[in-house]
Amino acid sequence: MTSPLQQKIKITGPSMVTANRTSDGVVIYRTKAKGWSTELNDAAIVRVADEARALLADAVADDVGAVGAYIAPVELNEQGAIKPGNLREQIRSRGVTIDLPVPA
Amino acid sequence: MYAYDEIDRTLIHERVAEFRDQVKRRLAGELTEDEFKSLRLMNGVYLQLHAYMFRVAIPYGTLSSAQLRRLAHVARRYDRGYGHFTTRQNIQFNWIKLAELPDALADLADVGIHAMQTSGNCTRNITADQWAGVAPGEIEDPRIWAELLRQYSTLHPEFSFLPRKFKFAITASEHDRAAIKVHDIGLRLHKNAAGETGFEVLVGGGLGRTPFIGKTIKPFVPGRDILSYVEAILRVYNQYGRRDNIYKARIKILVHELGIEKFAAAVEEEWLGMADSALTLEDADIEDIRSRFFYPAYEKLPQMPDELIKAAHDPKFEAWRRNSVTPHKVTGYAIVTLSLKPVGGPPGDATADQMDAIADLADQYSFGEIRVSHEQNLALPHVARRDLPALWRALDRIGVATPNINLVSDIIACPGLDYCSLANARSIPIAQELTRRFANHDTANLIGRLHINISGCINACGHHHVGHIGILGVEKNDEEFYQITIGGRADENAAVGTLIGPAVPYGEVADVVEDIVEAYLALRARPDELFIDTVKRLGVEPFRERVYATR
Repeated sequence: MTSPLQQKIKITGPSMVTANRTSDGVVIYRTKAKGWSTELNDAAIVRVADEARALLADAVADDVGAVGAYIAPVELNEQGAIKPGNLREQIRSRGVTIDLPVPA
Repeated sequence: MYAYDEIDRTLIHERVAEFRDQVKRRLAGELTEDEFKSLRLMNGVYLQLHAYMFRVAIPYGTLSSAQLRRLAHVARRYDRGYGHFTTRQNIQFNWIKLAELPDALADLADVGIHAMQTSGNCTRNITADQWAGVAPGEIEDPRIWAELLRQYSTLHPEFSFLPRKFKFAITASEHDRAAIKVHDIGLRLHKNAAGETGFEVLVGGGLGRTPFIGKTIKPFVPGRDILSYVEAILRVYNQYGRRDNIYKARIKILVHELGIEKFAAAVEEEWLGMADSALTLEDADIEDIRSRFFYPAYEKLPQMPDELIKAAHDPKFEAWRRNSVTPHKVTGYAIVTLSLKPVGGPPGDATADQMDAIADLADQYSFGEIRVSHEQNLALPHVARRDLPALWRALDRIGVATPNINLVSDIIACPGLDYCSLANARSIPIAQELTRRFANHDTANLIGRLHINISGCINACGHHHVGHIGILGVEKNDEEFYQITIGGRADENAAVGTLIGPAVPYGEVADVVEDIVEAYLALRARPDELFIDTVKRLGVEPFRERVYATR
């Protein structure tokens, strides 16, 4: 499989880097402090391809803590809060769109 | 039920120990994800949108009550209290933690369950008719052969690194409930003119990006030669199957590109070189497997017991009996299908509490045995007809007695974009909405047999190509759209459905399906002409005209 770092990076707006936590698969976001957070609002935001590439390279380097890092689009509201940029990220961030058979 | 021997039990436990060490090394950073990925996949562990997904094998869809209880335990202890039965008769858990997976596998190993070959480019779980061994008119129990194939193919080194995954399905009935024509190899047990039992072997069926209906490569292979013949097919595939392009790597592409005659000739040549090899089965080999299947000690019971005659006055019971109870090969017994398709529910899901209750009911009413169907329902295969009223009341209490088997709300659906990292669109909410639209059982019965299959992407885990109505989720400019096909079927007359028109947005899918069903009701020649037969008689065009006229 082609490494994410070898793939052509094209971003058209604010973006972040997301992955799954190795130990339990929970959705995580790369932070400015070069760590991971389960909160989308903690995600480091990039706007150009070079920044995105650097953020992704940094994330991929943490092979122990995270799996499958990639760049994903986000939207920022007027207050600067981060919203998922597409349905897939919305579902990853907020959970399934259905009621689970057994309520949490 | 098949009883594992010491070799099976040792293998399963050794595998758990091996995977425990691999997980430990991964979490300690001694294995990279690149190194670990193939190892976890070999143990049924995928990474999905929110979590790891754990796929557990249910060989030929047969479970004991003890095994189902243990699956309930895994759902409760390591997951979120439910599991999802799949179109390959397996079960998936959606929220499992990698660090806890070895413990879950160890708990399953205690009752003879594992996750080997539920992923990766190997021979996958061998699936079978869910009514194997109990269906009237069956040649013989196909699970004996499925078990032989399972033992032969499990961890087979030559077939652990195939060009792509490889799926077998097997049936011994005229009516195909195992969808053998859409598997890499489909096997149909039958007798030849001399009265010998053997197999019609089909090859090159499959769904996914490029659907094909399997072709008969050999109309009759004697039972004793089935392993060598299958091995010859796999060898030809291993040698010539494409490894340069994942989208062209399945055997169906090789068969299509070579043509069935050329492919068959290559297999024949390979097979002749293996004649009378160690793979030729002796009667004793087959009997050894047969002897490890335990069959119930059926009683001599009346076909119309008083309990059933009395219960027939209850219209709710009768509606369920007519829909969900099927004839058994033994007089006085029945096969009961449990619907995992409640109105508004995710297709194929069962809670841990339901699994425990079903296991108890299997002990009480079905000699401790449960079956899983590729339509994502369960079945109790050995129910005395006198027990049907009591069983129905118990099933109704736990929500698995919806009388919709084979009707419009008995929908096959993959997990879709709510769970799956490959999906482009959601499947489950579409299925839920459709079950609400067709919740009225009188309407559903008026419509008659109608299979709706939904996939959230082109990989077709929801078998959309072979749904009478097939729904495929696609993405257009970050929006969910759905292509709709009609005329597909997965039985002995298997066919790939035809696209009815342009893809429609998420919010219109249920309306379009309703329009298709209304068109069918208006177009059918008589009340007992099934949807699929109306489509076959008239083609797609009259449906297209009616459905898209106002869109």
